[in-house]
Amino acid sequence: MRHIISILIENEAGALSRVAGLFSARGYNIESLTVAPTEDPSLSRMTILTWGSDEVLEQITKQLNKLVDVVKVVDLSEAAHVERELMLIKVRATGKDREEMKRMADIFRGRIIDVTESTYVIELTGASSKLDSFIAALDAGLILETVRTGVCGIGRGDRILKV
Amino acid sequence: MISGAEIVIRCLQEEKVDYVFGYPGGSVLHIYDALFKQEEVKHILVRHEQAAVHAADAYSRSSQKVGVALVTSGPGVTNTVTGIATAYMDSIPMVVLCGQVPTAYIGQDAFQECDTVGITRPCVKHNFLVKDVKDLAATIKKAFHIASTGRPGPVVVDIPKDITAQVCDFDYPKSVQMRSYNPVVKGHLGQIKKAVQMLQEAKRPIIYTGGGVILSDAAERLTQLARKLNFPVTNTLMGLGGYPATDKQFVGMLGMHGTFEANNAMHYADVILAIGARFDDRVIGNPEHFGEEKRRVIHIDIDPSSISKRVKVDVPIVGNVNDVLDEILKLIDGGFTADPEVADWWKQIDEWRGRNSLAYRQSEHIMPQYVVEKLYEVTGGDAFVTSDVGQHQMFAAQYYKFDKPRRWINSGGLGTMGVGLPYGMGVLLANPGSQVACVTGEGSIQMCIQELSTCKQYELPIKIINLNNGMLGMVRQWQEMFYSKRYSQSYVTSLPDFVKLAESYGHVGMRIEKPEDVEPALRKAFTEYKDRLVFMDFIIDPGANVFPMVAAGKGLTEMILAEDI
Ligand SMILES: Cc1ncc(C[n+]2csc(CCOP(=O)(O)OP(=O)(O)O)c2C)c(N)n1
Ligand SMILES: [Mg+2]
Repeated sequence: MRHIISILIENEAGALSRVAGLFSARGYNIESLTVAPTEDPSLSRMTILTWGSDEVLEQITKQLNKLVDVVKVVDLSEAAHVERELMLIKVRATGKDREEMKRMADIFRGRIIDVTESTYVIELTGASSKLDSFIAALDAGLILETVRTGVCGIGRGDRILKV
Repeated sequence: MISGAEIVIRCLQEEKVDYVFGYPGGSVLHIYDALFKQEEVKHILVRHEQAAVHAADAYSRSSQKVGVALVTSGPGVTNTVTGIATAYMDSIPMVVLCGQVPTAYIGQDAFQECDTVGITRPCVKHNFLVKDVKDLAATIKKAFHIASTGRPGPVVVDIPKDITAQVCDFDYPKSVQMRSYNPVVKGHLGQIKKAVQMLQEAKRPIIYTGGGVILSDAAERLTQLARKLNFPVTNTLMGLGGYPATDKQFVGMLGMHGTFEANNAMHYADVILAIGARFDDRVIGNPEHFGEEKRRVIHIDIDPSSISKRVKVDVPIVGNVNDVLDEILKLIDGGFTADPEVADWWKQIDEWRGRNSLAYRQSEHIMPQYVVEKLYEVTGGDAFVTSDVGQHQMFAAQYYKFDKPRRWINSGGLGTMGVGLPYGMGVLLANPGSQVACVTGEGSIQMCIQELSTCKQYELPIKIINLNNGMLGMVRQWQEMFYSKRYSQSYVTSLPDFVKLAESYGHVGMRIEKPEDVEPALRKAFTEYKDRLVFMDFIIDPGANVFPMVAAGKGLTEMILAEDI
């Protein structure tokens, strides 16, 4: 099962390595990981996309909670939530492909944020699966570079992760 | 205003630390200077930093205090890693203070620089790098707090040299508030009630306890509870002494080298009351095999991540073992009727006991089991016994019947050869005047042998029981049984003359080669040489093996017994 774990952690030097180290030491998967300070700069919010059985997920949450710097842990995918990922993708945009790329970006509600004679950089936000579909829809030979942020997510409505 | 170095010492005084185990070097010179100018905190100069940490660890294991070690940056720190990992695996509260290169040099590959926080991270409960002298006192306070609360563990504080020279006001916090760290203490009452109900329904119960009982000083409560219930009790290697081994309800240690009755009782129990234990691989054997029996499990542990980690638990109770047992006792005092079928269970257990699985073959040579039995007799069963890792360790665990907690001091989780002698030092300093025996092997003892010098300097009269089989015996046992006797690198040639070695360090050395000399030698060591370190080199039967044995990957009941060989 795919899970999105959200962590509130003290914004201390080395906090990231404690979490990353825990995952590698115990053999848990990290599909993606994002981290940045919250509105309270003494706290960071980390989002980890991982895979595992219910038992593994139970252990992941318990082990994360055991880290002294971790304030709160929640498995977002346990209940209603929204998730987004941002991608910047650089594509070859010459000749007839130039028009085609513009059209594809529009269809996926992407924005072209950098233009040269031969390339576009397209910004695309959405669920990870949408980003995957966009990549799949393009001619692979035209993709020059992709950068993805990894998933971040937030609970819906009253589901709030805060100290 | 006082210097950072003085702050370090003041903090130790505030924490009532009486001994620090350490080794000086460039980055901690200011701290050593501050140490020199006072008398409350005494320093034990070891001969290798690994031993400093082991000694601090045993100091903690054999008392209820936090052990403290102090080492210099770079190699001083890397030498401590084995000791830290050993303490971490057994959840021992400890604070390791490490020197670091000056703040401005960090990251420059400075002389004796290493990434202490990075290297120790996976084997500490927590670690800190102090970057401002104003944070120093509060950080050390936190270190002691974190080390000793919740599931205990070692905490490293990395202190750059410039921080120890800078000055600021000293203000030691009275308490610690951390929004990210608030371990649970009290167990959930609803869960506790469920547990008691389940215990009443049990027809084939077992109480299975581990190091958590020792760490939370719950041996007394456990004994009260077990006696009230009249259920059989088994201890893990780390739990020995948590329940009196001479009591009739005690079925012995369980696991890889557990007794026939303990392993069978654990496997066939319909209700397991697990207390401060973690169902590790050396305890339950093959988990699939263990899972074949239907049973219900109650698990009391301070660490939620230990619960349902390897075995699915029906009634989890997160809390301090002693507090939870207290609650259970209160409920039981209100009325408890065990199932009448428990009497049949006891009959079954007595039948298993009848196999006498700790019986061992006789020999013209000294049998290691016999030495431990005699050690038990000579010390009146009341010694602190430290051990190393190998056959000798298992013999000590099987044949020395520990009636009290904190008497059996060994590396259970990491299985670190070399701990025995430094453990003895820590134990003696925490319990001056006590009988301390170090049951070791000629392989293990050589891993920290240099500490004989420390023992001389501080007059630490440890009795070293070297069960010398001239082999890495436990390795040889596996090779004999599972590698068709291909004894690859398990033979120790060129052993030193341990008698002369001991003497050259200023101690008493004895070599004992005949069975009839075992007891007199032990008596002599514990009476005539009471105040001396005595190195007793027992030349034992090299073929002695540890039984029962559950081979790796086998089920708990698939034991190889001595009689099968
Ligand atoms: C530091 C370390 N290295 C290797 C091992 C693996 N090991 C476990 S038991 C053992 C043999 C120990 O020999 P000895 O101390 O002579 O004890 P014996 O088994 O002969 O009683 C070894 C090498 C270990 N536990 N620790
Ligand atoms: Mg040996």
